[in-house]
Amino acid sequence: MSKLRIEDVSRTFPPARAGAEPTRALLPVNLSVAENDFITILGPSGCGKSTLLRIVAGLDRASTGRVLLDGKPVTGPGPDRGMVFQSYTLFPWLSVIENIAFGLRERGMPVDQRQKIAQSWCERVGLAGFEHHYPKQLSGGMQQRTAIARVLANDPSIMLLDEPFGALDNQTRALMQETLLGIWERERKTVLFVTHDIEEAIFLASRVIVVSARPGRIKAEVPIDLPYPRHYTIKTEAAFSALKARLTEEIRAEAVIAATAR
Amino acid sequence: MLQPLEPVSAPARIWLGVLFFVLFVAGWAWATLGGYVSPTFLADPVTMVQEGWQLLTVHGFLHDIGMTVWRVVGGFVLAAIVAVPLGVAMGTYKPIEAFLEPFVSFARYLPASAFIPLLILWAGIGETQKLLVIFIGSVFQLILMVAVTVGNTRRDLVEAAYTLGANDWGIVRRVLIPMSAPGIAEILRLVLGWAWTYVIVAELIGSSSGIGHMITDSQALLNTGQIIFGIIIIGLIGLISDFLFKAANRRFFPWSLA
Repeated sequence: MSKLRIEDVSRTFPPARAGAEPTRALLPVNLSVAENDFITILGPSGCGKSTLLRIVAGLDRASTGRVLLDGKPVTGPGPDRGMVFQSYTLFPWLSVIENIAFGLRERGMPVDQRQKIAQSWCERVGLAGFEHHYPKQLSGGMQQRTAIARVLANDPSIMLLDEPFGALDNQTRALMQETLLGIWERERKTVLFVTHDIEEAIFLASRVIVVSARPGRIKAEVPIDLPYPRHYTIKTEAAFSALKARLTEEIRAEAVIAATAR
Repeated sequence: MLQPLEPVSAPARIWLGVLFFVLFVAGWAWATLGGYVSPTFLADPVTMVQEGWQLLTVHGFLHDIGMTVWRVVGGFVLAAIVAVPLGVAMGTYKPIEAFLEPFVSFARYLPASAFIPLLILWAGIGETQKLLVIFIGSVFQLILMVAVTVGNTRRDLVEAAYTLGANDWGIVRRVLIPMSAPGIAEILRLVLGWAWTYVIVAELIGSSSGIGHMITDSQALLNTGQIIFGIIIIGLIGLISDFLFKAANRRFFPWSLA
């Protein structure tokens, strides 16, 4: 049985003013994600891929269709679908370790127990020594590491990431990809990862879903058969380049449509 | 020397701040002691200090100061107790905002001082009336400003908390309130300053103690030295309370400054 099923999910935003056309952000999408899959959703900006992720998270409502997680329909946000956002969403009044323990505290876990789990995640994402820093004192990359640890400490059924490394510089971004991939290879989480970066999509994913320009629909599904564990040197190998060339073609056509549409 | 947005060093900042006070007093002394302004209208600094000393040692002015501080703090604390929870509720729940916002916006423009005759009628000239003036003057401002601060909490923080398992009450208690706390403290600091204006006005009418009462008494005697001393005392107390508020903010909300 698949972990996550997206059935005929579409999203139409009501018109901004009376008489105007409603905006069709997403045409009906069907997608099934197996346990331990790492799916990247790749598309030009404004194609509705984030909308799809937000619907899975329960932060936005589908106009049609439904989302099933472990066979149960999604009705609202919940800790079984932890999300990492593109913007920095750490709670500024909490230290790194308190941020990581936030979900556990909401669940009513005793202090010493959640402290232990948070500490362990803090170390696993490479933030040992920064436990008591406030988010403001951290770099962007470290903030996103904390955000990832905060979601994982909650032990979610599926992890949703919405362009989490979009605001980082190239070098930091590459390191973060390796960290995330390393965690996934060890913990075997189910991951849905939205990005517009082709290389990132290939490097991380077991399957890439290409979304068309707005209104979004699934244009192609590309399995990535590169073996795990993946090393960053894979990015220069021939198989990687071939995939990159193929996806570049797919995305380019959509980017042209997206660029001329506005 | 003067460049746009160029920062100034810490010692220079202090010296420049003090320099203005010095120049101000010097200008005042020059105008009064030099005989350019009649002492009937404006006392000179030396007389002011002498009158002030007289007030403190002979006329029990410390008691007046105490009364005024008590009234401001009392009325203001009452207003804060009512306004902060209401403001948080309005900022959090849009139907509550839609229900209360129009009235509060209207009530905010009702001048507290114009209520004094009515309040004397309702509550007499005792302490209740003084507290009510300050309460009316600050409560509506506080409600609106707190509501705006809470309502402006970043939406993505709230969404992140939801995806981490927070329920609605958890969002209010562990996201909206801690995120708005430094802003609310800043609003309290600001509105406390306005409360000082109301207390003096309240004491000008139908009062037997307080700094405002002393000022009315001195007006009858044309004692401008005492009036100025009273005004300066108000300024000093304001400065101290401001300083205490800022120190408390640094202590309680280090994350907002780091």
